[in-house]
Amino acid sequence: MEGNAKSPEGELLIEVQDLAKHYGPIRAVDGISFEVRRGDVLGFLGPNGAGKTTVMKMLTGFLEPDRGRVKVAGHDLAEESLEARRKIGYLPETAPAYGEMTVASFLEFIAEARGVGNRAAAVDRVVQAAALGRVVQQTIETLSKGFQRRVSLAQALIHDPEVLIFDEPTDGLDPNQKAVVQELIVSLSADRAIVLSTHILDEAERVCNRALIISQGKILVDSTPEALIAQAPNHNVMRLVLASDALPELMNALEEKLWCERVERLTESTLDVYPQRGENHLGELMELTSGLEIHSIHLQEGRLNELFREITREVES
Amino acid sequence: MKRFTGMKAVFRREFKAYFSSPLGYVFIVIFLAASGFLTLSRDFGRMLELRQADLTPFFNYLPWLFVVLVPAVAMRLWAEERKTGTVELLLTLPITLEGAYLGKFLAGWSFLGVSLLLTWPVAYQAARLGDPDWGVVLCGYLASFLTAGAFLAVGMLFSALSRNQVVAFILAVAASVAFLLLGLPQTLEAIGNVMGGYVEQLFASFSLVDHFETLSRGLVEVRTLVFFLLFTLGWLASGMLVLDRTRAA
Repeated sequence: MEGNAKSPEGELLIEVQDLAKHYGPIRAVDGISFEVRRGDVLGFLGPNGAGKTTVMKMLTGFLEPDRGRVKVAGHDLAEESLEARRKIGYLPETAPAYGEMTVASFLEFIAEARGVGNRAAAVDRVVQAAALGRVVQQTIETLSKGFQRRVSLAQALIHDPEVLIFDEPTDGLDPNQKAVVQELIVSLSADRAIVLSTHILDEAERVCNRALIISQGKILVDSTPEALIAQAPNHNVMRLVLASDALPELMNALEEKLWCERVERLTESTLDVYPQRGENHLGELMELTSGLEIHSIHLQEGRLNELFREITREVES
Repeated sequence: MKRFTGMKAVFRREFKAYFSSPLGYVFIVIFLAASGFLTLSRDFGRMLELRQADLTPFFNYLPWLFVVLVPAVAMRLWAEERKTGTVELLLTLPITLEGAYLGKFLAGWSFLGVSLLLTWPVAYQAARLGDPDWGVVLCGYLASFLTAGAFLAVGMLFSALSRNQVVAFILAVAASVAFLLLGLPQTLEAIGNVMGGYVEQLFASFSLVDHFETLSRGLVEVRTLVFFLLFTLGWLASGMLVLDRTRAA
């Protein structure tokens, strides 16, 4: 499953070598290495408790690793901590902020602590980028969860950093806000290195050009989102709802087709058609059913949790 | 000073935070009411009965007031950051642990200083009664300010230790009371009887009450200033070590 999509021309901005961390007997992160170049958006995928957040916390210098090293824009995070941290913008998982402050004074504080030269201009820029204009004078604790996350996103961008670390950047946002933030991430990616964690494969597909699947603190897959979706067990499965009298005939016809791996009958009138190797054969199916009374055909996409179960099963066996 | 990077920004934020939440105002009102009561009450300071142009009745009770009130200022400093997760934001900024810790300490200390300055009517009252020795008054304020800082450093360590503010508060009060009691003449005498004069002298030299009273009577001794400096710095340094270990817990 090693399909690398690194852009070889980009400058190396994040180097992670053999990173490990355990909490008591639990190995949260167990020897992880990877690199991220300028222009890359690396998605960290995995279920809860896989170690994603622990990796993020070590990448940003909040947690000290038990073993291994992190280099950000050439600065070792352990030895040149301040220099490395200056290069990073970080959106933590819970999007924390000082609730009693107004959005403007909070961003002002972050800008000051980060040593930003023209603070007013920097605040204006990120308020615009995160669409916070309406709430800029409100105290943060009075804002909705979606706005609070955007405030946290804004603070991560205030010093125009080369490296962005986003832990679940769209968590808790409604679909519209999600799309806005995803677009923002894509627009930021050209001249930066971005690492984000997500459990939504769809999101990874939209914004990432690389995807790492992590489980029990280990990298299981280093690939691209497109390749991952294609590997998902239900990818391109077609669900047909049709008149029940036509169903046996169609099943017979399908079984003779080479592209059809198997057919599963769910109800009297519903059928799942599994293509070989998850390829798209919608066209063939349409041809085959042209004379029949079809109520609907739905083409499924692979789901991360199914793929994830598949991959972890493979690892265990 | 690379070691203290970020101190100024943290200081400014923290200092403002006292006034953007009810905490600051509630603290000042309670502090002024309680110190006023202790100064004027017939059972405590008896300032009005004594009719002396002297602030001793006021300063004498301040350490006992600080024991309860300063931990209330200190308790939120780290416990709240860890509870709300902002500690992750703060400590991933390009600022040092020392910068963050001391920025918070100085903000809390300055806030306590402002509260102390607001007790000026007591000095004004003394001036109406006669002609107080302003040098002694100044020493009294200095002693009070240093004691407040010492207790703040104690309270901050417990705030770094526990993410629960109430727990931090109770531990800080207990520790501060212990330090005050240890320095009382009765305690020192008991220690002397049990463990001998040497130990008694050792404890006496660590007596916060002793140093406080010396300074507030107008005696500026090097050993008093050194005591407050070492006491405060010791607790601050230990607090930083504690925070470094507990930050992610």
